[in-house]
Amino acid sequence: MIQILSKYGQMLLFAMGQTLLLALWGLFFACILGMIFGLLSVVRNKACNVIASIFVDVIRGVPMIVLAYFIFFGLPYAFKNFLGSRITLTALQAGTAALALNCGAYMAEIIRAGIQSVDPGQMEAARSLGLPYWRAMIRVVLPQAIRTMIPSIINQFIITLKDTSILSVIGFPELVNTAKNVIAISFKSFEVWGIVAVMYLIVITILSKIAKRLERRLNRGRK
Amino acid sequence: MDASKNVKIHVSHLQKSFGKLEVLKDISYDVHEGEVVVIIGPSGSGKSTFLRCMNKLEEISGGEVVVDGHNLTDRRVDINKVRENVGMVFQHFNLFPHMNVMQNLMLAPVDLKKATKEEAKERALQMLRKVGMEDKADAYPDQLSGGQKQRVAIARALCMAPDIMLFDEPTSALDPEMVGEVLQVMKQLAADGMTMVIVTHEMGFAREVADRVLFMDGGYIVEQGTPQEVLLNPKEPRTIDFLNKVL
Repeated sequence: MIQILSKYGQMLLFAMGQTLLLALWGLFFACILGMIFGLLSVVRNKACNVIASIFVDVIRGVPMIVLAYFIFFGLPYAFKNFLGSRITLTALQAGTAALALNCGAYMAEIIRAGIQSVDPGQMEAARSLGLPYWRAMIRVVLPQAIRTMIPSIINQFIITLKDTSILSVIGFPELVNTAKNVIAISFKSFEVWGIVAVMYLIVITILSKIAKRLERRLNRGRK
Repeated sequence: MDASKNVKIHVSHLQKSFGKLEVLKDISYDVHEGEVVVIIGPSGSGKSTFLRCMNKLEEISGGEVVVDGHNLTDRRVDINKVRENVGMVFQHFNLFPHMNVMQNLMLAPVDLKKATKEEAKERALQMLRKVGMEDKADAYPDQLSGGQKQRVAIARALCMAPDIMLFDEPTSALDPEMVGEVLQVMKQLAADGMTMVIVTHEMGFAREVADRVLFMDGGYIVEQGTPQEVLLNPKEPRTIDFLNKVL
């Protein structure tokens, strides 16, 4: 065990860094997508609602591994054969896109549910004072919605972090992919998978602890 | 009704449907400046919907509602501007729970650039004094009783300096011992000459404060007149029946 750690530890740590990098990019764009489609699903406009629900249904209906293959292999192929232009996506770009789309759809649902959990009377009261729809949304509805969303969002963050492992299939050198390579050289699958599991566990535990603290702070002063 | 006074809210042939359900069938009525109009009627009679059409919280299905000269059914009218002049108080207070009392009062005036922070704060304190809540400026809505919440809600509406105040069953969600303090504030407002339209079940209050009483049933105004006429000498059988049940 010590032998493996001293020999491959640095490689695995670097891979963990890549995992976190991928997760952060994915989450960043997922938050943007989630916000856009979450809001589209609550505004009083049929077309917007339909667009949002199509996005959510399609993305949720496709496994992320298929999404990743489609973006990494399918899109460049389609560009080359149907449009005659060449695009190349790095594994990081394709991985980020797959992660962002997948997580974005779930975020959109969390945000929609959060906004709808706020009493409609809040919007009415703000509108009755003369605030336009978006000012009322930003000043009155969203601050209350975000508090109820936080636990679900954190949960989604953790799921997304773990889902980065799926992206080993498109060759991004994140933790699982690197672990496979390490095993290919060392033949120590028990030790290596054990180490990888503990590494995920540590990172996610730290993340949950930070999240709990954040949640407590946001709920301070509220009964 | 004093004919020399301006019409603040002009309603003609107002209709409102929710899908197939026709809640308001044909309502015409004028509210004059400084008048206190109380709307009574059984639940489901459309009185709250009528009130909510006056600041377009409900889309208007047919007819006209003209507030301070602005026709609410005209798409070019900026409803937000009209609402700045029409305060509304709700049955369930609808205070913003993530803000303290002072922030609740200052939000709209500051956000809409009606006042600087200092001016808004000044006015907020003045309004809190008016409703007897000046010592609760820093409290959060959760820490207030129902009656206190409703008084803050009235102060919040007053901070926009409206010409008209709409009250949608302001005492219906209150414990009985708190009804008085809210009605007291409303009486004071009426005495100050505010134009008020009030949906309520408080018949005593209606008799004491109202200039006009409307009795609504089935989407129509069935009977209207002074409190004397409608509450003490009703002519329509439906009004008599309703009053017998509630008094």
